[in-house]
Amino acid sequence: MYGYAGKILRINLSNGKVSLSPLEEVVAKRYIGGIGLGMYLLIKNSKAGVDAFSPENPLILTTGPLSGTIAPTGGNGHAFVSKSPLTGGLGESKSHGFFGTELKRAGYDAVIFEGKAEKPVYVWIDDDNVQLMDAKALWGKSPQETEDMIREDLGDYYVRVAAIGPAGEKLARVACIMNDKTRAAGRTGLGAVMGAKNLKAIAVRGTKDIAVAKPEEFLEFVKMLHERMRGPATEKYRTLGTPLNVLVHNSLGALPTRNFTNATFEGAELVSGEYLNKQFVAKIVGCSSCAMRCEHLAIVSEGPYKGTTTRVEYEPLWAFGPHCGVDRLDAIIKAMELCNLYGLDSLSTGNIIGFAMDCYEHGILSKNDTGGLELRFGNAEAMIEMVHKIGKREGLGDILAEGVKRAAEKIGKGAEKYANHIKGLEMTGYDIRGLKTAAIGYAVSFRGADHNRHGAYAIDLKGAVDRFKVEKGRSKYVIDIEDLYTIIDSLMVCKFSRGVYYKEFEDLARYYSLVTGIEMSPKEMRRAGERINNLGRLFNIREGFTRKDDHLPPKVMSTPIPDNCVSKGSYISQEELDFMLDDYYAHRGWTRDGIPTPDKLNELEMDELAYIVEGKIKK
Amino acid sequence: MASIHARKFVSSDPEKCVGCCVCEYICSYEKEKVFNPLKSRIRVVRLDSLINMSLACRLCENAPCVTACPRDALTQSKETGIILVDEDKCNGCGWCIEACDYGAIMIHPEKRVVFTCDLCDGKPKCVEWCPEDALDIVSTDTLAQKARISAVRKLFQETTKR
Repeated sequence: MYGYAGKILRINLSNGKVSLSPLEEVVAKRYIGGIGLGMYLLIKNSKAGVDAFSPENPLILTTGPLSGTIAPTGGNGHAFVSKSPLTGGLGESKSHGFFGTELKRAGYDAVIFEGKAEKPVYVWIDDDNVQLMDAKALWGKSPQETEDMIREDLGDYYVRVAAIGPAGEKLARVACIMNDKTRAAGRTGLGAVMGAKNLKAIAVRGTKDIAVAKPEEFLEFVKMLHERMRGPATEKYRTLGTPLNVLVHNSLGALPTRNFTNATFEGAELVSGEYLNKQFVAKIVGCSSCAMRCEHLAIVSEGPYKGTTTRVEYEPLWAFGPHCGVDRLDAIIKAMELCNLYGLDSLSTGNIIGFAMDCYEHGILSKNDTGGLELRFGNAEAMIEMVHKIGKREGLGDILAEGVKRAAEKIGKGAEKYANHIKGLEMTGYDIRGLKTAAIGYAVSFRGADHNRHGAYAIDLKGAVDRFKVEKGRSKYVIDIEDLYTIIDSLMVCKFSRGVYYKEFEDLARYYSLVTGIEMSPKEMRRAGERINNLGRLFNIREGFTRKDDHLPPKVMSTPIPDNCVSKGSYISQEELDFMLDDYYAHRGWTRDGIPTPDKLNELEMDELAYIVEGKIKK
Repeated sequence: MASIHARKFVSSDPEKCVGCCVCEYICSYEKEKVFNPLKSRIRVVRLDSLINMSLACRLCENAPCVTACPRDALTQSKETGIILVDEDKCNGCGWCIEACDYGAIMIHPEKRVVFTCDLCDGKPKCVEWCPEDALDIVSTDTLAQKARISAVRKLFQETTKR
């Protein structure tokens, strides 16, 4: 098999047993790799209704078919898939860098971690040799320190490490898994799944060759992609980076501010991508085999946070900036760095702190609760103190580390009104009150509040449709991008490169065929994308999700945008949401309750999973 | 070409290099038809996220690796300065690796003999493929020329702005 190592590694942490099984070509072709393959392995290797922290909940790590080749952005990533401690549904998260390529060279398409280690361990995958190593000395250390210590310990500087920080060890439900020091598989709290397994880190060294099926044509194709990556499709990422969004969203009244109170931020200029690049960005670097480079590394050179350095992207910048009403970039960068050190999902963490600020402003939380902190919007020092508290699970931080949904339940007093999440996953930086195509994607996404499962905001922001209206057929756009995005995440190409596949499925199918030698038509590729979206749905249905879980954050449905801007007065009513869902389910070929029909599953060659919907479909 | 330019080598501009490893991949493919950084003659070093650059053989004058080899397996071409490895004589003892200050000569993971950059007949694939134009094939003299020009340019910044 080209493109695939053809092997799945299974590691039982309870008894230290390691076994191998083959990856069958039919499964590979149906689910591609990355999240698709990960979700398939999860649904096959887990039982319904198991707690996310139970030893019976496996953690699955996958690479993609392009991993380890020169394909630009192709498979320099890896995906973690498991049941999410935050949502209780499907948890998946990807990260790029150098870890995934190393795993592929070690000879594995996927690794399944089962059970729970008795005491802290890290897994050392050295080509064919897999061992559990003692991690007592690493426990309590940051992911970055862990990486350095493991390299020292093993005596090889090219070992790649994915590790959790103190937050993951303490089962913070917003913990992430860090690799290559600044990259994170951030969302859905999978760091806590590793923590629950007493698994501190995964260290990999792979030395095997990677060959492709049609090397000459493949290299030509890659050359062409390199050319395209120098062009306008990726310009944003190469220049200002994602923080460019700040001013764009602000001008369109789509920048959620102060926990979705406003949709424009008066301090936007001060936290803009333009200002960031002028004042803070020291260097822009890239991942393995990437021809774009997008990783904007910022350094704070003066003031109280002097010496702070981190990678900056729009979402965490938004979460600690406009969302908390903070207009100081140095403090925002500090908060992000702390998230890296504690191993926290910076997006969720910022969102939660904004929620706590909102509660404080409304008198639901008092100084007694916050340990004396004046937790008002815009208080940067208090925000940074809160990150420490969440990372260490101290005081209020202990409650907030449970994620915004559980925290609101624990705080009570009507705090739910301010908890902006979908399915338990914290909301991201798009004010969907005035982005009604994106809102569909958000509501139905299988991992909760997430712009990365559908990307439909682009349609709204470009003005291709009337974004303040719901209308029949709008779901079709969402579905088109959803199916493309699952392929992008399964091939493990980077989403920032999405613009260079001019013919979308045709280009991606060709990419796949050149590497693997497996014939794949654009139509089959599209169907694989649809299949993977249905798979996510099936997992959630198996875990008891219903139509009512396809909801929107409370503020989006209760508070019309108050600002004097183009979006003024816009919000989403229950009627509109119901209309959206009906429209979407119909286009997907699902029932009115959002359940894939047996016919649909048959069409997608997913009969083996049809048992999940049996008895759930109302006649 | 004047003889001062006879010895050219691949140099990486640390200002431009982003540590993406495309050079490693294309080198191993060019020489061995597989993608594997361990079989690449140019190697990327990422010290932390801010410090990264790639390194290849610098074709030293009186190359220490050649001097160090106890089995006379290494010779240096008089015309080009390239280090030539006689694979029959090399036994992978590693004296040359110890002698090289740059880690630019390595043991081949399968053949167990040493290998190093041979400049692809004067048209290095890594230079052609580098997406950031961070690699160039230069002689020590052109490096100095470039440095002088940019230093003088900086000195006269004000003049050139007009």
